[in-house]
Amino acid sequence: MMRELAYRLIRVLDAEGRAVGPWAPEISEEALREGLRDMLKVRAYDTRMTMAQRQGKTSFYMQALGEEAIACAFARALRPGDMHFPTYRQQGLLIANGCPVVRLMNQIYSNTEDPLQGRQMPVFYSERDYGYFSISGNLASQYIQAVGWAMAQAMDGKDGLSVGWIGEGATAESDFYSAMLFASTYRPPVILNIVNNQWAISSRESLARGSSPTFAARGVGFGLPALRVDGNDYLAVYAAAKWAAERARAGLGPTAIEFLTYRTGAHSTSDDPSAYRPKNDSEAWPLGDPVDRLKQHLIAQDIWTEERHAQAVAEIDIEIAEAQKQAEKNGTLHDGPHSSPATMFEDVYKEMPLHLRRQRQEAGV
Amino acid sequence: MARMTMIQAIRSAMDVAMARDDNVVVFGEDVGFFGGVFRCTQGLQEKYGKHRCFDTPINESGIVGAAVGMAAYGKRPCVEIQFADYMYPGYDQLVQDAARMRYRSGGQFESPLVVRMPTGGGIFGGVNHSQSPEALFAHVAGLKTVIPSNPYDAKGLLIASIEDEDPVMFLEPKRLYNGPFDGHHDRPVTPWSKHALGEVPEDYYTVPLGKAAIRREGAEVTMLVYGTMVYVAEAAAEEAGVDAEIIDLRTLLPLDMEAIEKSVQKTGRCVIVHEATRTCGYGAELAAIVAENCFYHLESPVVRVTGWDTPYPHAHEWDYFPGPARVGAALKKVMEKA
Repeated sequence: MMRELAYRLIRVLDAEGRAVGPWAPEISEEALREGLRDMLKVRAYDTRMTMAQRQGKTSFYMQALGEEAIACAFARALRPGDMHFPTYRQQGLLIANGCPVVRLMNQIYSNTEDPLQGRQMPVFYSERDYGYFSISGNLASQYIQAVGWAMAQAMDGKDGLSVGWIGEGATAESDFYSAMLFASTYRPPVILNIVNNQWAISSRESLARGSSPTFAARGVGFGLPALRVDGNDYLAVYAAAKWAAERARAGLGPTAIEFLTYRTGAHSTSDDPSAYRPKNDSEAWPLGDPVDRLKQHLIAQDIWTEERHAQAVAEIDIEIAEAQKQAEKNGTLHDGPHSSPATMFEDVYKEMPLHLRRQRQEAGV
Repeated sequence: MARMTMIQAIRSAMDVAMARDDNVVVFGEDVGFFGGVFRCTQGLQEKYGKHRCFDTPINESGIVGAAVGMAAYGKRPCVEIQFADYMYPGYDQLVQDAARMRYRSGGQFESPLVVRMPTGGGIFGGVNHSQSPEALFAHVAGLKTVIPSNPYDAKGLLIASIEDEDPVMFLEPKRLYNGPFDGHHDRPVTPWSKHALGEVPEDYYTVPLGKAAIRREGAEVTMLVYGTMVYVAEAAAEEAGVDAEIIDLRTLLPLDMEAIEKSVQKTGRCVIVHEATRTCGYGAELAAIVAENCFYHLESPVVRVTGWDTPYPHAHEWDYFPGPARVGAALKKVMEKA
């Protein structure tokens, strides 16, 4: 029964690291190693940027620790031209889609090479060329926008698709229901992902879930095919994404997917989880660590070794450190340099109206 | 040229825009098969198909949110919110997303969309079908706000709004849909067919955003008005026997500041009229602009005539509405101070 998939858990990797069951995807050895490297890269990037924030080089950072498989595998399962409408914790999409890390760091530092000219808080990237929609801080508004994008694409008869991303906490917002309803009514090529990492800053997932058994069940209520997937299982995420994308491209409409994972780190650099959850809570998470699990799978397949892994970790750390040096040459938030303050008045309107021209003059920039 | 009501002119604008550009799409509650509760989209679905003009569920944040996504993709959505009073669920999408899209994305994504909505009272709409929320839009950096006062402008401004690269809030004074209205609610209704600005070209033309129109030239006092209040101002000036210069702003943002400054510097007096509530209403901004730029030309204090700072009442509609008697009294007041 299709609807049972919203209440069970789709998994591929077993305890020994074997790919088992009906969802085991066809994926090449090279793609598996790439997937592992993507996740390691996200982890190294997050570590460096969290440290940079602690060192006072920027105002804020958000890491994806423990959830890397979801964005990384999903990105690799889709095609160039597909558009993600992410939340602030899907940096894995950018890295897996090949966006240069130094470009992301320039944004984190709001420096002279920041593509957003220092306008947005760190991690609120916008990368159209890498299929990454502009991030907004008002949670959930991107979800219905993803549906609108998919409707537009369908109107043009294109086979591209869009992906809405939301955290389980933000499913409480009414825009979540607007998106589910519009997806259900118009059936455009959209995939609606819910990343359930158990925590919305300090509140448990049950606060947003209410009396419903799962978040995937929300999709069932709207008559959408809905999957509940082990989000720390790279292969399960990849398989679910492929399945939903194929349906969308075949004109069969939207899919809702809940990814079960655990936010191992803090919500952001602005909170300390020890204030609201037991210190060892993440160790009790039964679905393990996504990097360890994929690594175990590769080693079990004899296409990876502990030595190669250690070497990859070291190489990636050097790569990220070098990118950081390069980015810091372009400036950091507190020490500058930044774009000219005159850019503050640009892009508010396509052409600057008189009142803004006057204000820019008043500002003397 | 044809004789058109404001409804017909608005419909003609969408028709012309849809014919010229396949990317223009129209949707909202009841706008498809039914043609909208005020009939502004009548016939568009039949002519352009269900992919270009369609009904949506009753969900304003969904309507605006879907429009933001479509506009970012490259469409030009022109959506209808059934009454301006219903726009609040979509306000978050407008303020946080549509208005900031180009800015926050460094120009990678844009939001060229239009939100049409009937505004204002005078039709016994009571608390939730009479509101004038224009100041809530004009306050938001990144939005444009347009309020036409006649069929000719409505069509030209709507086509210009659809072609505009920024998100445009297009407020249609519903009391003007079928004819100019000067606030004398006890007199027979004048149809647009008897008004010069009811003459509307059937083909393409635009009225540029950001340009005010002088409806009456005068020497004694400048009246800053828009929408329904254009006609109230005309009647009040006539009845009070004051040589008023009546400026129809047409666009609140971008605002034609130069036209305002030029006129007030000439007349030395200024009366501002709007139907919306007074406190932090758009008139406050206009009064401040006049004070900042025309202070030494003023012969008397700037006066605002507005809806009272109450919800719009049903039975007491005409006590709330800033009609010609109240506007006339304000004109006399600024003249006395000379």
